[in-house]
Amino acid sequence: MENHYAIETNELSIHYGNFTAVKDVSMKVERQKITAIIGPSGCGKSTLLRAFNRMNDFVPGCHASGELLLQGQNLYGKEIDPVEVRRKIGMVFQKPNPFPKSIYENIAWGARINGFKGKMDELVEQSLRSAALWDEVKDKLQESAYALSGGQQQRLCIARTIAIQPEIILMDEPASALDPISTLRIEELMQELKKNYTIIIVTHNMQQAARASDYTAMMMIDERRAGGVIEFDGTTRIFTNPKDKRTEDYVTGRFG
Amino acid sequence: MSSHRDNYPEGAAFYSVLRNRYRKAAIWQFLFLSALLIAIIALTALIYNVVDGAFGYIAYEYKAAPTQFTATPVSELTKEELLVILKENLSSGAYNKLDKETPMEKRSQADLLSLFLERLVRIDTKDTWSMTDSLLRGAEIRAEVAEKYPDAILELRSWITPQFLVTPMSSRAEFAGVRTAILGSLWLVGIALLFALPVGTGAAVYLQEYAPRNWLTKTIQTNINNLAGVPSIVYGMLGLALFVRVLEPFTSGSMFGVTDSNGRTVLAAGLTMGILVLPLIIINAQEAIKAVPESLRQAAFGVGATRWQTIWHHVLPNALPGILTGTILALSRALGETAPLIVVGASTFISLDPDGPFSKFTALPIQIYQWTTRAQSEFHAIAAGAILVLLALLLTLNATAILLRNRFQRRW
Ligand SMILES: Nc1ncnc2c1ncn2[C@@H]1O[C@H](COP(=O)(O)OP(=O)(O)O)[C@@H](O)[C@H]1O
Ligand SMILES: [Mg+2]
Repeated sequence: MENHYAIETNELSIHYGNFTAVKDVSMKVERQKITAIIGPSGCGKSTLLRAFNRMNDFVPGCHASGELLLQGQNLYGKEIDPVEVRRKIGMVFQKPNPFPKSIYENIAWGARINGFKGKMDELVEQSLRSAALWDEVKDKLQESAYALSGGQQQRLCIARTIAIQPEIILMDEPASALDPISTLRIEELMQELKKNYTIIIVTHNMQQAARASDYTAMMMIDERRAGGVIEFDGTTRIFTNPKDKRTEDYVTGRFG
Repeated sequence: MSSHRDNYPEGAAFYSVLRNRYRKAAIWQFLFLSALLIAIIALTALIYNVVDGAFGYIAYEYKAAPTQFTATPVSELTKEELLVILKENLSSGAYNKLDKETPMEKRSQADLLSLFLERLVRIDTKDTWSMTDSLLRGAEIRAEVAEKYPDAILELRSWITPQFLVTPMSSRAEFAGVRTAILGSLWLVGIALLFALPVGTGAAVYLQEYAPRNWLTKTIQTNINNLAGVPSIVYGMLGLALFVRVLEPFTSGSMFGVTDSNGRTVLAAGLTMGILVLPLIIINAQEAIKAVPESLRQAAFGVGATRWQTIWHHVLPNALPGILTGTILALSRALGETAPLIVVGASTFISLDPDGPFSKFTALPIQIYQWTTRAQSEFHAIAAGAILVLLALLLTLNATAILLRNRFQRRW
């Protein structure tokens, strides 16, 4: 039976050495929806997001406990290779980070190293179209990705992620380094993408979460500075009628 | 509580404090400028000293007058005339020996002319003068020579000439060149490069990208940093013990069937130089690898790359210009090193080109050292010429490094 959750966490905690940055998160992320993670700075949003595709493995001393389930399989299980996790769960970073290569190569590289056997030109075009970038770059595919504007670079990074056909796309404040127009384009793009992908986005921008997401997870640190999800619900509910007083204070800007 | 506004000087008091501040600033500025001037003076003195020795008057006599051999003035002799003169006047044994080294017909006019001057006319240098002396005391020198050596010819001479670059070593300064030494130095640097670039880069990649951050790595890192500062003579001792003695079968080539050699080969010396520059290359390569931003690695890992793919496709290509720049600078250090070569056993007198890794060799700094320790002033003059050659090589290497750095400089 097909599970309608893309990914589930079960008492997931993430530690940097002895310090617990994220504690006991249990949440179920729905397939083909946009889930926003919000909360004040330093509450562990990025840490939690990076745990979803095991990017935290590269942080010395960082380790996770609890379960992270993709189709019933624990991604932190011993038999799982993190390389496979990252192929299935792509990531778009806060600052656009295209490869210092051509636009074409930015898309093709990920496909090639993952053993893509189809027609590369088609994949490149299709990925760029899905990222709403094709029309702007189709005549300069061989030019350096660094010649693009910040917003275009970020859409290129999204295209690069789409090209490896992940099931889930993680985005860590993908628009925080961009101007308002580029930000809107990314948000529109997310609405397109959710037809085919599950998206989890970290944002510190309340309007963005309210506008763009279907579900919202509110994170907050406890007295030992460990972050946790204090409320997880439909976005409308979180923004209009939250259960938790702290969520209400935060979304209405009365926090702190 | 009252505000602190009254605690700051105002008006005249402020200006008095300000003047004081400017005065201190002016003193410091003057000190910095003086430091710069001292550095400039030191460098200028160095260059001047070398150039001063490489040009100037030479007074020499012919043991046998050129007119004994030919009616043509020396400066107008053609290759054909020289061939005939040499054939007629050299003993047949000496002629055949020269012909065996390089067939006489194939030699250049300049080469034949120096043979003529060296073997038949036999130049006898009486004295040489520095450039400054030659320019400022020309009349005095001319008078002195006329009196002391009435038969001598006085000539302004550049000790560094194209001929100087392509002529092998000779026991007579007038006919000696740096060809053997340049080739020896190039062999050394080449062998050092072949050894140290791959090993150094490999070690740097491991340290930066794989090694866990623990006490062992830290200890190794500290040791590498310290090794970069160890005096070069210590590397010479290591090279002597390891490459010349222990690995003699390899460095002498006897395990490859080379019989006429001991361990004091250009291979042993090149490997010693390789070890000498290894810490520098590792540290430079580490810096270059560190300069590749973390976001690029994350981008690669984020699309499912393995660590090796990330390093091979992104980290190394982007670090390469930096690694090469560092390597070139390290090699230019090797080019000027003298002490380890003396310990490892560079030949003091050798006029045969090195023709393989198992050759005996000499190198530019060795040659310079040799010549400066000689008593006759003409050897000091050719030492100055050789120093200019060495400096030119160093400048070329450093300029290459700078060009490389500017050409591939990345803006992330
Ligand atoms: N690489 C790291 N090493 C150690 N502690 C870290 C690291 N990254 C983040 N932290 C700590 O984890 C907590 C959560 O950080 P982060 O996930 O970046 O928060 P957010 O993204 O919500 O601002 C913070 O206290 C931060 O100091
Ligand atoms: Mg963050």
